[in-house]
Amino acid sequence: MSANISHHIPSEILAAYAAGSLGQAFSLVVAAHVSLCTECRAELAAHEAAGGAVLDTIAAESVSPDLFARVLDHLDDPVQPEPAPRGREGVFPGPVMDALKGKAPRWKALGGGVKQCLIGGDDDGLSRLLFIPPKQAVPDHGHHGTELTLVLQGGFSDEVGHFDVGDVEVADAELEHTPVADAGPPCIVLAATDAPLKFNTFLPRLLQPLFGI
Amino acid sequence: MLSANDLLAPKPIAATMSAGRETIVTANAGRKAAYSEQTVWMLAIRDQRDKAAFAKLFDHYAARLKGFVMRAGAPKAQAEDIVQEVMLTVWRKAHLFDPERAQVSSWIYQIARNRQIDVIRKEARPVPEALANDDESDDEPDAGQVIALEQESDKLRQALAKLAPAQREMIERAYLGELTHTEIREATGLPLGTIKSRIRLGLERLRHELKDLRQE
Repeated sequence: MSANISHHIPSEILAAYAAGSLGQAFSLVVAAHVSLCTECRAELAAHEAAGGAVLDTIAAESVSPDLFARVLDHLDDPVQPEPAPRGREGVFPGPVMDALKGKAPRWKALGGGVKQCLIGGDDDGLSRLLFIPPKQAVPDHGHHGTELTLVLQGGFSDEVGHFDVGDVEVADAELEHTPVADAGPPCIVLAATDAPLKFNTFLPRLLQPLFGI
Repeated sequence: MLSANDLLAPKPIAATMSAGRETIVTANAGRKAAYSEQTVWMLAIRDQRDKAAFAKLFDHYAARLKGFVMRAGAPKAQAEDIVQEVMLTVWRKAHLFDPERAQVSSWIYQIARNRQIDVIRKEARPVPEALANDDESDDEPDAGQVIALEQESDKLRQALAKLAPAQREMIERAYLGELTHTEIREATGLPLGTIKSRIRLGLERLRHELKDLRQE
């Protein structure tokens, strides 16, 4: 499953995910990558163990004498079962299917055969699926913040290296890169930013407010 | 002071024998393994729905959880409500506890963080796909793996205790959810490599088991 993954989620992002301080868009990329990668699943669990160590060693606060009785009162309350998380469908990991609410992505053309599907966005970031035809470039862009890109199908190369299915590219604000899709099947990626992108070419800049990228 | 356990009467005959911090467990097959008390309680909750064990677990964790959620920003008035919700979730989701993959404190930490995030956020946090047998905890955990994981967790606690106060404060803030990932990058200092390798071994083993299962 994770044998061929060579670009992983950085440790501090896994730690922030474990601690719950990571925004929704990045959390989606983390959850999707961990679904594919045993290495990062283990590292996430290591961070959760570190969180457990903090819980074990933190200064305790005494609780009311009746708190246990209150808990006991509710122990056998009937509870609504939570909806089960969705599983993988095709190239889309379970958390992506959850974000798509179980439906196929609704692609919007961006020009040059490149398509995108916005799947989530709020004040602390934006996530979308990108569909890039073989050998096609994604417009040159820099970022205000960090961008995480997870390959779900095909692969791409840019100034940093080559990225295959399961690989994650972490691009910080300084990196201006032009990802080019591999020959072969179209490249599908899950991309998330913690701030809106800034495109360098004229046309995409015009499209930016339109598509929210 | 009255402990949670005193509220439960009559006390069921404990199947465990306390020997200091460690408890001797006699497994069905007659194998003996030294699990921590917390693991023994949690397994009794999971497998026997043992309320006496739950009371012990509550006595151990409730005050720690209250301290934890208050440090993580919960107002004092709400802190006990959160502790109550966390402990109820521990009881209700006990079937998901797998001592081969997470030590009790690590598992409860996740529940506590999720609970506090749910209070703040409207949307559910994306979660990774479950591994195929996540819902079926096997009754006979691999004792070697469980104990090794507990030992690694102990080492982690000791490492945390040995840190300089300022560094320890940063680690605490990171896992309380007070730092961004960029801030966490500078706050490293806990040796996570060995516990990660241990967990990874467990996951690999699970993967092989799943593969065998599919081939049958």
